[in-house]
Amino acid sequence: MVNNNDKMTRRSLLKGAAAVTGAAAGSGVITGFPTIWAQNIKDIKITHIGQSYSTIKNIQEQANKDLGFTIEMQTVDLTTQMNRMLTQPKTIDLADVGNTSLRYFRGKNIVQPVTAKEYKWWDKTVPLFRDGTYPNGQKASLQGFAPIKSQYYTDAKGTDYSMTPTEWLVGVPLYYNADTLGVRPDLVGNVKIDSWARLLDPAFKGKVALQDGVNVGVPDAAMALEANGDVKYVDKGNMTKAEIDQTIAKLIEYKKAGQFRSFWTNFDQSVQLMASGEVVLQSMWSPAVTEVRTRGIACTFQALKEGHRGWYIMMLAMSHLEGLKRECAIEYMNWYNSGWAGAFISRQGFYNTIPENVKPFMTPNEYAYWYEGKPATENVLNPFGKVMEKTGAVRDGGALWDRMGNIGIWNTLMDEDRYLVRRWQDFIAA
Amino acid sequence: MTPSPRMASWLQVAPMALILFCLVLVPLALIITVSFMDYGFAEVIPELLWENYLDIFTSSLTLQLYAQTFKFVAIVWAVTFLLGFTIAYYLVFHVRSGAARAICFAACAIPFWTSGPIRMVSWVPLLGREGLVNKALLGMGLIAEPLSWLLYSEFSVVIVYINVLTLAMLGPIANSMSKIDHSLIHAARDQGATEWQIIRLVIFPLIKPGIAIGSIFIITAVMGDSFIVKQMSGGQINTAVGAITTELNAFQYPPAAAKSVVMLVIVIALVASILRLVDIRKELAK
Repeated sequence: MVNNNDKMTRRSLLKGAAAVTGAAAGSGVITGFPTIWAQNIKDIKITHIGQSYSTIKNIQEQANKDLGFTIEMQTVDLTTQMNRMLTQPKTIDLADVGNTSLRYFRGKNIVQPVTAKEYKWWDKTVPLFRDGTYPNGQKASLQGFAPIKSQYYTDAKGTDYSMTPTEWLVGVPLYYNADTLGVRPDLVGNVKIDSWARLLDPAFKGKVALQDGVNVGVPDAAMALEANGDVKYVDKGNMTKAEIDQTIAKLIEYKKAGQFRSFWTNFDQSVQLMASGEVVLQSMWSPAVTEVRTRGIACTFQALKEGHRGWYIMMLAMSHLEGLKRECAIEYMNWYNSGWAGAFISRQGFYNTIPENVKPFMTPNEYAYWYEGKPATENVLNPFGKVMEKTGAVRDGGALWDRMGNIGIWNTLMDEDRYLVRRWQDFIAA
Repeated sequence: MTPSPRMASWLQVAPMALILFCLVLVPLALIITVSFMDYGFAEVIPELLWENYLDIFTSSLTLQLYAQTFKFVAIVWAVTFLLGFTIAYYLVFHVRSGAARAICFAACAIPFWTSGPIRMVSWVPLLGREGLVNKALLGMGLIAEPLSWLLYSEFSVVIVYINVLTLAMLGPIANSMSKIDHSLIHAARDQGATEWQIIRLVIFPLIKPGIAIGSIFIITAVMGDSFIVKQMSGGQINTAVGAITTELNAFQYPPAAAKSVVMLVIVIALVASILRLVDIRKELAK
């Protein structure tokens, strides 16, 4: 890790003090944490809430070892998390929120900004989040809720989002990934899966599935419909009423023709659908593909020419945090992206926003496989130690910027959400 | 100071009345109020809005949703009634020993010893394209290709409802049947009645309260369910409650509240009409 001279001196002082007083300094020597030192921080408890793929017990254990205060993680489903954040914000300190749900918190004074100065790694964060460009200078797609649309606030109060960088961050970006369709290559025959349009191909009638719900299922469907030439969009991620009507009408046609086998609502269902062979092509999350592979079943996360569906998760600080608790929360945020947790989650297939920090915590083989798209020189293990990929395999879609550089749409919450939900009801009822 | 008899009855009813008021009537009033409000992104805006109800009463969606719901109710009611009646009849009138009867009842309850989500998941390997049923049918040569309508369709939803709710119909009916005085049956048989006539003319009229109670269970369970429908239909069938759940997940509370109020009125009407036809007080009194 890069340290500037000031931090080095302070840190070595702290390490000395810790060793003398015998506080939990063992792992502090390795990671450089804790950097706040106060006698009473061990009474502080930070509640961190998130979904099953971000709040993982192993990370909590490591955090409690490295930091002087207690971290309590709670894993809930999305609706419960949103409900709690909106109605019981004081019971939570930090929350992992994805781009689909950020909009619910705009201007409601439930979350507070983190300044770029407090977040240590801001300058090392990939440019996609800092100014919406790729390392090669190209601008990222703005279809849907792109990172730059929700990274900055216009002022310290967090009244509105700013599309240009300011010093007030909405949250600390943690992970991001490019989702695409999962494929059973052994059941698909010799049809080449290279386009989202394959989702609507009559050859796969009754063998495709989408994620249920308007925030992910509809963007996937929109990608497919546009690729198939059925509907034209200005911004697939923020449709007009007319575009919504066309989308739903087309979807109803396909549904009545029996194109869709199922719409899945949770991670386990998607794994079961794929592993049992009920579907051969479906929208999936990366850890689900990993899980199917760990069961010994061939499953690829296929790169498609129209691009991937991008998403990202940010850690937000609740607005009631202040004083020492707020400092501890920020400390935790900094720890989270310092590498250990990032490496753990990278083994599920997600990218951390600070690859530099993650690299020392992964074996060269792992880093090359997950981030650089190079063939594995030995077996690749999932975060829990099971083999999920054999030597020689290459990550689907290639290196980090091959995948993230080709985003067709970002997960989204549309302006016309109300109308969309209403029309989605018509679709399910059809 | 002893309260007057009237005062005494009010005091005795008071605790229950208070609980019902705070925990049932107040939330209900809240729901009714919210159903008239406007809404934004995960927020309820306290402005009067008729649109929620207008949409319910003028769109064909409502018709489709309730048609689907009533279809499920009708099919499930018919099948569980047939199954429940037959099984109860056999258990009460044909199984001689009390111990055997008790064991059989316990056996009916076995499916519920496992957890709900596991039961949902286990239908897939049974009814799926590569599942046991399809494998058996293919093996026997009855079909050439696996049947896909076994799973993620109305069929699978109805099967699961029947699995879960037969006991709810079986229980009250068996309960009613066991209260029938056996001397009535003997008398009928002595008069020369066939078994079918005994069922039709003696047993059936006497178990009406049990049927009514069972029916109320079935109707409220099916009308109020969105979990089984969603899981077993693969998200492809929408019912009245399914629509409410979709809206709740999108944090659109006012239209969900409006739909809930409408549903409540319908279910109350159904239950009231059943209670009109059948007097269940006899059943509860004994």
